[in-house]
Amino acid sequence: MSVTVTDLPRRAFVEQIMGLPISIHVRGPEAGSDAIAGLVTDAFAALRADDAMFSTWKPDSPVSRIRDGRDQLRNAHPRIRQVAALCELAGQRTGGAFSAWRPGPDGRIRFDPTGLVKGWAVQQAFDVLTTRLAHHGRHDALVNAGGDIAVHSTRTDTPDWVIAIEDPRDRSRMLRTLCLRTGAVATSGTAARGEHIADPRTGAPATGLLSATLIGPELTWADVYATAAFVKGGRALPWLATLEGHAAVLVDREDRISTVAAPGTAGPIRAQASVAR
Amino acid sequence: MRKIIVAVMSTISGLVLLFSYHTSTNSQATEATEPATDVGTEQSAPSTPNAAEASGSAPDASESTAAPEPASATESSSAASGSSGTYTGDAVETHWGTVQVQITVVDGKITKAAAIEYPTENRKDQQINAYAIPKLNAEAVAAQSARIDAISGATVTSDGYIESLQSALDAAHLG
Repeated sequence: MSVTVTDLPRRAFVEQIMGLPISIHVRGPEAGSDAIAGLVTDAFAALRADDAMFSTWKPDSPVSRIRDGRDQLRNAHPRIRQVAALCELAGQRTGGAFSAWRPGPDGRIRFDPTGLVKGWAVQQAFDVLTTRLAHHGRHDALVNAGGDIAVHSTRTDTPDWVIAIEDPRDRSRMLRTLCLRTGAVATSGTAARGEHIADPRTGAPATGLLSATLIGPELTWADVYATAAFVKGGRALPWLATLEGHAAVLVDREDRISTVAAPGTAGPIRAQASVAR
Repeated sequence: MRKIIVAVMSTISGLVLLFSYHTSTNSQATEATEPATDVGTEQSAPSTPNAAEASGSAPDASESTAAPEPASATESSSAASGSSGTYTGDAVETHWGTVQVQITVVDGKITKAAAIEYPTENRKDQQINAYAIPKLNAEAVAAQSARIDAISGATVTSDGYIESLQSALDAAHLG
């Protein structure tokens, strides 16, 4: 075990963006400085800019203009086209359990990248933040956007970030905890909002699971895969086991908890799972 | 071929699984410890054929016969968001005492958050962890790994933040 330093400065910041509470924690020698507060302010500003661009609620946002036919996706801002391409990839990787083309209240199929944008925007803003933090010495950082989390660590004297997975049956309880230095955790479920997550292939609400949590190297895909696993329900396990570098915890409606781990994964980040009973 | 472990369990206090992504500069080990409440071992009916195939190589999944006593939680009313003012979350009763969080919002931005009631008299961050740690103990997770930094769950909305454990975890570190 390495030595852990517990008296390093640590500071948290919270703002409400995209209808979500977004918490950012920084720990390291300059965590309390105005300079780092400025970097975090910039990260929040980047998220607000993405919200303005991708919101389906704001009637004149660029994505809303595409949705109602005023603008064409092929002429859209490069950032929107990048998201559209990622959504296509997400559809392929999830066997259609994720799609950016969804029926609206009137039944018409419209471009709705919301399911990918949140995780992607948070990961992008977080990557910029952690890159810029490096100019101020070694710092670790964490972001929690409404229950979807990314962490990044450059120090070697700090404890792992400890992430607790909420029990969807009793939100005051924790199902599991896991330790991460760099990576992401995303949970898809209906416990918080009570709303349905629809299967884009059928339009029917997904009913097989109470929650699906994915652990992976970055939030964009952990978030997409968590949504897809929730949609797949009882058919999620065999698919999850094929995902490189991702682990999962599922809770179904019969109170069964399923875990999928992928030890020994090759790639830029090595996933290491230790299992004990 | 990478090895895939799929384990299916029927209770929440069975297999404890800790994942760790390590950076190249860190070799700190992650330990998973045995839940104290495990009694007996039973592989539950797998929900998929894949799980059945994999169960031979999976570690024992244990079924607890002594379910941990549940922590009680009160349903809380929501505070308005996107506006200004000071909002106090409902006191949430837990095994370990009462936890209550108060936030100050200016133009939708939380400028201050404070836990105004804690289970113990210790230092602020220790108090928050004291709130979190016993819950994990109820799940038989080792105390040394129980210093929670963040909670992953179904999407917490702005309205729900004030009642969330994350708000208490943030409160200790807000500048």
